[in-house]
Amino acid sequence: MDYLFQGIMSVTWQQLVMYGVGILLIWLAIRKGYEPSLLLPMGFGAILVNLPLSGVLDQTLQGGIQSSGIVEWLFSVGIDAAEAMPLLLFIGIGAMIDFGPLLSNPLMFLFGAGAQFGIFAAILLAALLGFSLNDAASIGIIGAADGPTSILVSQVLHSNYMGPIAVAAYSYMALVPIVQPFAIKLVTTKKERRIRMDYNPAAVSKKTRIIFPIGVTLIVGMVAPQSVGLVGFLMFGNLIRECGVLETLSQTAQTTLTNLITLLLGITISFSMRADQFVTPQTILIMLIGLFAFVMDTIGGVLLAKFMNLFLKKKINPMIGAAGISAFPMSSRVIQKMAMEEDPGNVILMHAAGANVSGQIASVIAGGLVISLATSLIH
Amino acid sequence: MRTETAAAALEIMWKGMAGIFITIIVIALFVWLISRIGKK
Repeated sequence: MDYLFQGIMSVTWQQLVMYGVGILLIWLAIRKGYEPSLLLPMGFGAILVNLPLSGVLDQTLQGGIQSSGIVEWLFSVGIDAAEAMPLLLFIGIGAMIDFGPLLSNPLMFLFGAGAQFGIFAAILLAALLGFSLNDAASIGIIGAADGPTSILVSQVLHSNYMGPIAVAAYSYMALVPIVQPFAIKLVTTKKERRIRMDYNPAAVSKKTRIIFPIGVTLIVGMVAPQSVGLVGFLMFGNLIRECGVLETLSQTAQTTLTNLITLLLGITISFSMRADQFVTPQTILIMLIGLFAFVMDTIGGVLLAKFMNLFLKKKINPMIGAAGISAFPMSSRVIQKMAMEEDPGNVILMHAAGANVSGQIASVIAGGLVISLATSLIH
Repeated sequence: MRTETAAAALEIMWKGMAGIFITIIVIALFVWLISRIGKK
């Protein structure tokens, strides 16, 4: 009867910890509603890959028989080979985004750039804490507030910490309503948070909406060639949406494709949540650095807005700067809610939405530049 | 070793932020240009 207890007798304490982590992620997804489409599959996958001698991983069975595992296969094909899953997901994301509020109010572009500061602050912090450059760069990209970008960069840079990085990225994206208000209040006064802004959008022609994704791909692709996959697929999705002749494909990208990839991505990422890789002191450090990245993103965007206000007659509500992170649309809604709490009737949602979608583009640029710069500096 | 990595991280920081801002400004100018063309 020994063969029935082989599994139980092989469990390590680290695997037990991972069962707890998996259950925690599932609980956060269901009970708290934290990014359920990713955290639930990741949580369940964490249990699957940490069962002793798990059949979802490649195994050598008794008698020397090789057995292939489905989760390991999904990872090798969907992420390891060419980062297919995060990139395909970006087609769906691009198809969902309406760049109208940004195109009608181009000043908001700057806040997308400013709110990427946390990425680089986190890279520096990780380096000071002893991580190697490729790991520090991968950890810093948590500050991009974008799951696919975080997964792609950590995979390209061969980081050892993709699991904790993915968990941190998606967890903090869900915690934006808690993290951002805290960070904003650190660097703004009540008077600044009550600033009202007029919204007089310029009309955006269909021609502009079609040329925009093509132009952005060319510009960003020239500057950061490593981001061509990310920006190209994002803008491809957006072009499908805006061209007006591919309505069926646009709907498919926004719904079926996105749901299908999301369904598989979380459980695939769990391959990097095996106990020997996840249950380390570095995981806790990574979670803390990730939190630091999000806080510094927010502060970076807000401080940029305050700096611009030194020169502008019509002041910008500095909270708009915080909306420049890539967590769309949650960040813009959080900023609007804060504005209403400070001053009922203060509507800055469209400005915040413009900054928010700018953050989507800026985070992709950041991902490409981080890969290019880190690989050029790694010895 | 740690100082070397930190120095590299600082280089990534200033080059990265500069690169993002320059690219974003170019994109914003591009948007302004195509919106002007669109009006004509």
